[in-house]
Amino acid sequence: MSRTLSTTTQQPQQKEKDARALVAMLAAYSASATFWLLFATGVGTLLAFKLGAPDFGGGAWLTFGRLRPIHTNATFYGWASIALVGLALYVAARSSRTPLFSVKLAWIGLVLFNLAAVAGTVALDLGYNDGNLEYREWPWPIRLIFLAALIVTAWNLVGTVARRTTGDIYLSNWYTVGGVLWTCIIAVVAVLPWYQHGLGQVSVSGFYMHNAVGMWFTPLALGIFYYALPKLLSRPIYSYALGVFAFWTNLVFYPIIGAHHFLFSPLPWWLQTTAIVFSVAMLVPVLGGSANFLLTMGGRVRTRAHSYPLRFIFVGVIGYLVGSTQGTFEAFRSLQEVWHFTNFTVGHSHLTMYGFVTFAIWGGIYALLPLASGKEPGQLGLALHFWMALVGSFIYVIALSIGGTLQGLDWIHGLPFIQSVVDMQSYYVWRGVGGALMFLSHIVFAWNVWRMTYGRAGDAPSQMPSLPGEVAT
Amino acid sequence: MNKLVLIAGGSTLVYAVLAIVMGVLPGIELSNTAAGPGVEPLTPLQAEGRDVYVANGCSYCHTQQVRPLAQDKIFGRPSAPGDFAHQTPELLGSQRTGPDLTNIGVRQPSETWQYIHLYNPRAVVPQSVMPAFDWLFEVVDQAPPGVTAVALPKAYAPTRGVVVPTREAEALLSYLLSLKQPALPDDANRNGAATPATDAPVASVASAGGATSAVDGYDPARAQSLFIANCAACHQAGGEGLPGVFPPLKGNPVVNDADASVHIRTVLHGLQGTNVSGIVYASPMPPFASVLADADIATIINFERTSWGNHGALVTAAQVAAERAKGK
Repeated sequence: MSRTLSTTTQQPQQKEKDARALVAMLAAYSASATFWLLFATGVGTLLAFKLGAPDFGGGAWLTFGRLRPIHTNATFYGWASIALVGLALYVAARSSRTPLFSVKLAWIGLVLFNLAAVAGTVALDLGYNDGNLEYREWPWPIRLIFLAALIVTAWNLVGTVARRTTGDIYLSNWYTVGGVLWTCIIAVVAVLPWYQHGLGQVSVSGFYMHNAVGMWFTPLALGIFYYALPKLLSRPIYSYALGVFAFWTNLVFYPIIGAHHFLFSPLPWWLQTTAIVFSVAMLVPVLGGSANFLLTMGGRVRTRAHSYPLRFIFVGVIGYLVGSTQGTFEAFRSLQEVWHFTNFTVGHSHLTMYGFVTFAIWGGIYALLPLASGKEPGQLGLALHFWMALVGSFIYVIALSIGGTLQGLDWIHGLPFIQSVVDMQSYYVWRGVGGALMFLSHIVFAWNVWRMTYGRAGDAPSQMPSLPGEVAT
Repeated sequence: MNKLVLIAGGSTLVYAVLAIVMGVLPGIELSNTAAGPGVEPLTPLQAEGRDVYVANGCSYCHTQQVRPLAQDKIFGRPSAPGDFAHQTPELLGSQRTGPDLTNIGVRQPSETWQYIHLYNPRAVVPQSVMPAFDWLFEVVDQAPPGVTAVALPKAYAPTRGVVVPTREAEALLSYLLSLKQPALPDDANRNGAATPATDAPVASVASAGGATSAVDGYDPARAQSLFIANCAACHQAGGEGLPGVFPPLKGNPVVNDADASVHIRTVLHGLQGTNVSGIVYASPMPPFASVLADADIATIINFERTSWGNHGALVTAAQVAAERAKGK
């Protein structure tokens, strides 16, 4: 009898409780991801230093070959995955105007992601490396923990979008739901051992290493763009249809390009050529997506140029455009002859994983976390983070692009191999300088995250346009 | 709800099909690639060494795939599908911060060199940025019977005691030395006694002179480059070798002999257990007959005969060809 009465009075309370739970989830995912960013890039900085001083930090636990996969895996599965999943869950709930399907599942996912990353890191440092197969080096039981985290996340995302009170499914959720589901398939394909022997495993490696990047980080980062940009600019995305078109073309073209990591290898020539053709086809979703973002920003960038979240996203979009286009060119045999096996590739992977994905995450966190928690970071912290990360990554990528090209030319000119090692030295130093700046910017980022979540709010003005409301939906 | 089924279910179905077509099916098909002629499975010790190689991430800096490109010829013949039949996990690698190791067992067969280099690469290659794997070794007062202490140069040796390899180092060495490319059937000509002039390794492409004018067309910079690429790892850039480990070329009687035939034959066919100035060198020197063209061998020999105060008689490519024709 009193039941009806209490539900009506509890409705606003329930709403507030849901909102608080969503904020707590986003704060925890962001903080946890930030820890992994600091750890992974701290290790990366040490690795950069070791190339200049190879006898620094001796012993098995600090040897280059154990730390390198720790750096890449902690970046991929600690930092980027956790941050992107936190944002994806938040965006799913907000854009669907519904509470999360399950807050509990979100927390279980966070624990599983962290468990996998901790166990993977320890295993690699102890020498338990599952074959130096890039990005699937964690021993398989640990990769199953990661798969469990993915499944939990997929369940939660799909459940949340299914409960939407809006009619349409917002574009961001296309990308994030798709990305998580596809990655479950990738993880299964990669972990099953029965069909992967010798050359067969080489072809699976090519498939896996590109799909783990392009069907996971790319769609989730694009999902952030599609949500945060309209919110920051207070206008809808330029073309919804273009976003849908890019979604399907990305889905069909991306899985075919993996073998371009093994050009000139003993893999069948047709497989390599197919990969090259579709690497060119990738220009379609890349140019379509980038144009959509840039046209959404068009005309507003000048009036809102002071907005740091927008700056981060702008760099992220440019990183997506330039990094992906560079990837297409790198897939040409004529250019692979020079760049394959050189540090140019390392520059490319940082242009994409850092210039695109990481800047997208930062833009997303700076746009959405203060909105959720009501706490802004400091203006100084924002400026320091943005400029040190931008300048640092510029130095890093340019140094490795030049150095890598020289390395490749040294080989083509038939110089003694050691000459290519000597010629890299000054570029390794510049990489270290850029890397150190990037790492410093991450310390500032951690400070900013602290102020947006558990600490005392900073003095930055609200980055959101004065118009309230869900522009994005 | 229907739309969610289309987006989530439809796209996942499309992706699953693509994953099977582009990932799983090629994986199954290529996993059945038969072993090439002469491609053998690893022995238990070699397999153990491969695990050490993987545990320490060697393939993040060293590839094991030779591409059919001119610049890769120094590492061996192009890799063939049958080469990888026994290689799981695959170790093709993606970066060459260090050189390719596909054929390292042929290119650097000296156990002594490999051990010194693993213990501290800079002991033999001063510019190397490879980590020291000294923790694969241990320092003992005296090498146990049957174990040879690693012949480290003084600057890198411990102040007291001697360095001996652990089981892990022995396994790793055994694996590295097992990395030898078996000749392909249609490769027989290339690896045979005579190197056809048209099929000279890439390093000789720049050589304008050709076989007959090796002395006239002698280019000191190129000569030094060839020496560094092929010889300096053991004999060192200054030609002094490593005392008691790798013989010096500086002041070496063979190098200064007016009759160059021993010098030529040493480069062509390699050498082991030679006595230089009263010291016996146990470490094997690899043969270069199948690696270098006659003109390049002449250039290297002439470099050695005119450097570091040496003054041996110069040789021509024709002389090298003549020695090569005599066989081993």
